[in-house]
Amino acid sequence: MSADTKYLLETRHLKKYFNTPRGLLHAVDDVDLAIRPGQTLGVVGESGCGKSTLGRAVLRLLEPTSGEVLFDGEDVTKMGKPELKQFRNRAQIIFQDPYASLNPRMTVYEIIAEPLVAGHLRKSSAELEHDVFQMMDTVGLAARLVNAYPHELDGGRRQRIGIARALVLQPQFIVCDEPVSALDVSIQAQILNLLMDLQRDRGLAYMFITHDLSVVKHISDEIAVMYLGRCVERGPAKAIFANPLHPYTQALLQAIPVPNLSRRGMRREILKGEVSSPIDPKPGCRFAARCPKATDACRGQDVQLTDRGGGHFCACLAD
Amino acid sequence: MSQARNAAAGGLRQYKKRSQIGSVCRRFAKSKTAMAGLIILIILVLLALLCPLFLDYAADVTGQNIRERLQFPSWQHPFGTDQYGRDVLARVVWGTRISLSASLIIIAIATVVGALLGAIAAYYGGMVDNIIMRVMDIFYALPFNLMAICIVASLGNGMFNLGLACVVGVIPGFTRVFRSAILPIRGQEYIEAARACNTSDGRILLRHILPNALGPIIVQATLNLAITILAIAGLSYIGLGVESPTPEWGTMLSDGRQYMRNYPYLVIFPGLAIMIAAMSLNLIGDGLRDALDPKLKN
Amino acid sequence: MSEKALLEVKDLSVEYHTDEMTVKAVNGVSLSVGRGQTLGLVGETGAGKTTLALSLLRLLPKGIGKITSGAINFEGANLLSLREADMRAYRGRLLSMIFQDPMTSLNPVIPVGRQVAEVLELHNDKKLTKQQIEARVDDMFRMVGIPPERKNEYPHQFSGGMKQRVVIAISLACEPELLIADEPTTALDVTIQAQVLAMMTDLKEKLGTSMIMITHDLGIVAETCDSVAVMYAGEIVEMGTVEALFEGDTHHPYTEGLFGSIPRLDVETERLRPIDGMIADPSDLPGGCSFHPRCPYCTERCKTEHPQAHLDARGHMIRCHRFDKEGEA
Repeated sequence: MSADTKYLLETRHLKKYFNTPRGLLHAVDDVDLAIRPGQTLGVVGESGCGKSTLGRAVLRLLEPTSGEVLFDGEDVTKMGKPELKQFRNRAQIIFQDPYASLNPRMTVYEIIAEPLVAGHLRKSSAELEHDVFQMMDTVGLAARLVNAYPHELDGGRRQRIGIARALVLQPQFIVCDEPVSALDVSIQAQILNLLMDLQRDRGLAYMFITHDLSVVKHISDEIAVMYLGRCVERGPAKAIFANPLHPYTQALLQAIPVPNLSRRGMRREILKGEVSSPIDPKPGCRFAARCPKATDACRGQDVQLTDRGGGHFCACLAD
Repeated sequence: MSQARNAAAGGLRQYKKRSQIGSVCRRFAKSKTAMAGLIILIILVLLALLCPLFLDYAADVTGQNIRERLQFPSWQHPFGTDQYGRDVLARVVWGTRISLSASLIIIAIATVVGALLGAIAAYYGGMVDNIIMRVMDIFYALPFNLMAICIVASLGNGMFNLGLACVVGVIPGFTRVFRSAILPIRGQEYIEAARACNTSDGRILLRHILPNALGPIIVQATLNLAITILAIAGLSYIGLGVESPTPEWGTMLSDGRQYMRNYPYLVIFPGLAIMIAAMSLNLIGDGLRDALDPKLKN
Repeated sequence: MSEKALLEVKDLSVEYHTDEMTVKAVNGVSLSVGRGQTLGLVGETGAGKTTLALSLLRLLPKGIGKITSGAINFEGANLLSLREADMRAYRGRLLSMIFQDPMTSLNPVIPVGRQVAEVLELHNDKKLTKQQIEARVDDMFRMVGIPPERKNEYPHQFSGGMKQRVVIAISLACEPELLIADEPTTALDVTIQAQVLAMMTDLKEKLGTSMIMITHDLGIVAETCDSVAVMYAGEIVEMGTVEALFEGDTHHPYTEGLFGSIPRLDVETERLRPIDGMIADPSDLPGGCSFHPRCPYCTERCKTEHPQAHLDARGHMIRCHRFDKEGEA
């Protein structure tokens, strides 16, 4: 078990399937991940790759179908109510949509105080007030906004409220589900800086879920690339950007428009086709249908991640 | 840090809190028809509350005076008198008391029960949802009048049983509306956030879900008040429920039916009262629906 | 600017009036688009990009949005002085628009092929027969990369990227002179975005269409546009060729801020340099330069005096007091 202790959070063969009228939807299919304390794991993928489901399954907001989620060595999926309560004080979530994630009928104060009030974690109202104001200060919300309603504020400030709500329980680990995707670029940069400062000051570990590779490159220590419920490549951020191994990762990097003129007029490899259905997927590499390097072997059986050295794993038979 | 200290020293109270109710009221006040409905309702409520001050129930409302029977409207009896010589105005005014209080109680009960059933069905979903909604469907399938007749016939005539019939009659509609108001809220991220913060199911329902579903609930309740007033009058008219000499509007219509040809005022005034009460509530309900709609927010 | 611009907008201002407030969405915008050229319109929420696009087509919400001043010259005709009936002949035929959300721009109960055919029938100047229109619909589908066999399917049977292709087929069916694309790929995944952008660039070259590409993504601008206008608070604060914007040294402080805000795949950045404060509220614009509350170079003069447009020798425009000295000389 000594190997486990260096990780704060680890998933083993984590699966989350949904029953749909058309069949079994494999949202998260056998995913192994690990996050060290105080570090950021970026989870990248396009819509429908299961990254949001993964974030929720890790916190048991969705009940995993099978597999283990180890937090500090304890299996979250087997926790009873009291342990789960303890766990949720240490693991929190920030959502994508600062409009939908805040109760429109509650003031800023009520929203930030809610986790403390609901858990009966503060004895006096003075203590509660002090903590809420301190939290607002930490995330850069002016004290005068304490009685404002979310709809009176702009997206950036709303996202700060969401961050304050997650932080007020003093967690060690936060799932960030596309926290900057709905924000304008100038505001997005403010929030990213805030998240990085908080990580430095409080030793937070993040699972940073996003579709934006540039953001992930900026914030992550390690990266996991997901496609159709499966992790196709993971490893240190530098290694993945310097030397992407999986054809899907390579295609993603090719597809992103870069704000300089060097690639103008260049013919790029553009990935053909679209993401296939995650309902009852055929065995074999999920990416085989779009992969330029696919062979019959890829379609035969599920491809597992293999170690390519330096903690860089890739699930591909072609390279 | 200094901000936190200063703010905590001054406390929360130094920052003014603006309520959301205020802005709803402002928007409601903008609608002329809704305000007209509200004024009419206030007058009706005042009448209902204050009528014991100037009317004696035994003498003025139910006391018979055969010598003055069937008099046309005059200065002395502005609405005329009925076949027992009772003043129609006094009876219509007293009827306000009965209709409003009965329908208010009925709607209050139906709202609480409907909101709880709807919230439970929507929040838990699955089997629970299925069972609750199928039972409601069974009630829905029965015509309201037929069900009311069955209930009153098996339990006996009277105000209480009439009320019971009305409650049972409106609950399915309430449950359905509340469930559909709550369903989209259940999927919102702030509910998920609350769950991630260890908030108990009960607290999520009361603190996060119901306040956001309040709009449709209030509108449904107001509009159904009008329907209930009509239902009570209708059932009393066909002889189920309030019996003579209690001055219920529907009962008065029923009593005046045989004299209608020669003494039309006997049915015109109670009929008008029903219409005005129902109309004012409908106007208010429409106004509330617009005022509470967050999409129209400024 | 250019010898013969297809579209020239001069000093255009648009306001929205609601019961409670007046929103100055576009304030004195001048720009031009040459034939076959693509102009990128960059800015954040509330910058007035979409309002500008809608006013070019005169599609502002009735009763609320109003063009208060300016002129829009399209092939020599001032669109603002046209009657509504004449404007309709321009819309869809000569000028057409692609909206951000392909889900809501298609009618869910009409087969996609029918929706393409409808535009052709509406602007049937060449008196095409039914068969010719059907043939043209098939051509359009092939052009945007959808097998023509799928033309009898309904929008819900298509994925987001495919729907946006249908929308593009509709907007290009009449071979318009100018295509206005309002964040055409924002709702799509990156690999699908790459497909759609590549297809749009190809089609533009093939048909010689001019384009206004509205986006918040500087990467898309770098890859698809010939010239760029950066908008902030309803104004164009910087405008010039892509080369001048991406490789030039002088920029408006807001443009600098935008570049400092984006995490880059191509450059190592330790820490982002965001713009302080919030995006200006168009219903309550600050006096002087609209950007002054967020500007690191703000002086007293910026708070009171509205900056003029400064042009350098290559026609690169910046609206900022910092460049006054060169301008006065």
